[in-house]
Amino acid sequence: MKSHVWRPLYVVIAFVVALLVFRFFYVPDDFGSGKRGFMYSYHRKSNEMEWKNQPAKYGTSGRERMHEFCSACHGAVVKVRTEKLHGIIPCEDCHGPVMNHPDKPEKLAIDRSRELCLRCHTDLPYTTSERHRIPGINPKTHNTGVECVKCHNPHNPSLEGMK
Amino acid sequence: MMERREFLKKCILVVASASVPISALTLIDPKKVLAANPDIQWAFLVDTNKCVGCGFCVKACKVENDIPLEANVSRTWVERYVYTKDDKRYVDSPKAALNGYIDSRIDLGRGEFKEIDPKNVGKAFFVPKLCNHCSSPACTQVCPVGATYKTDDGVILVDQTWCIGCGYCIMACPYAARFFHPVKHVVDKCTFCYHRLSKGLDSACVNACPFGARKMGNIHDPDDPITKIIMNERVGVLKDEFGTKPQAFYIGLAQEVR
Repeated sequence: MKSHVWRPLYVVIAFVVALLVFRFFYVPDDFGSGKRGFMYSYHRKSNEMEWKNQPAKYGTSGRERMHEFCSACHGAVVKVRTEKLHGIIPCEDCHGPVMNHPDKPEKLAIDRSRELCLRCHTDLPYTTSERHRIPGINPKTHNTGVECVKCHNPHNPSLEGMK
Repeated sequence: MMERREFLKKCILVVASASVPISALTLIDPKKVLAANPDIQWAFLVDTNKCVGCGFCVKACKVENDIPLEANVSRTWVERYVYTKDDKRYVDSPKAALNGYIDSRIDLGRGEFKEIDPKNVGKAFFVPKLCNHCSSPACTQVCPVGATYKTDDGVILVDQTWCIGCGYCIMACPYAARFFHPVKHVVDKCTFCYHRLSKGLDSACVNACPFGARKMGNIHDPDDPITKIIMNERVGVLKDEFGTKPQAFYIGLAQEVR
């Protein structure tokens, strides 16, 4: 049977076959749907493990466990420094991620910048926000250009204990 | 010879009995089933009343997950809402609140700032945001190559070796939680710090918050303290009308927060 339909059809069939062969070799074997089905979880299964195996940088979890973690080496210091107001702030927020610190105890990159303190202690006129309970200053007029830690002790921030 | 009526009766009986599986006849103790297959569904709880806009969460997230600090993209961010007494509303989130809010002026974008008279400020508050890890996510449906998906424990991830960077999911997400990673050139988003969860740690943002405004828990465990709060207190979700069933719950939501 001769027909003008057949020749282009062969081209299409060849294209589809080529596509299926390429797909067979290119798509990883563990591609599939999880229990949520094709719409929400069609994926490469091994990618879940790849995400799980990423290294963590911030080590500790929760304030109490963090204090415990740091206490293992810096016990007395941590105890004193977590009694006062700033005890609610996790050590890592200012002292940096801790994960490699116990193995390589070179100094952590401590952030002593003025901007770090101003995150909470910039005076904003928001009486309805929790921010209002935190003592604030105007960064444009309050000892500009001087680091806060020159006068204030971040581990004992009450004004009586000023340096 | 069987009668027609008798035949139909027996047929119905056989079909009915065959459709009842044996497992349906035994009593199931939900607690035993749950213990045999520990069923985890991660959910997030934000208490907007506790947030002071310090931005430590954003900093911790960016450092933990290698998002360039200066790039104007972030997996999580904090928004500031200011309502004035003459009924104007302002929202901003300069640099995703990476450095907190150290300026009382509202960032209007394009380098413009708006100073609001402190006497005119009615109410103001901060709202932390992140991927809602929806139960019916729009983003995973639109992915043409199967690079983004929801895991069995309820976390939406991106296969960054498989993503082609077409950006459909960025457009599909109603919460603008996805972005184009400026270094990897593929889509990136909050993973609930999946690598930390699997090591028994809290996510970086939960870990960094000094005020306990961010919490995470297993919503399928009725004894989980976070689940108890979600079940018993007045919580809301963002953009409920989109039908995506978000799994990030907010205490103290205002109508304007979307």
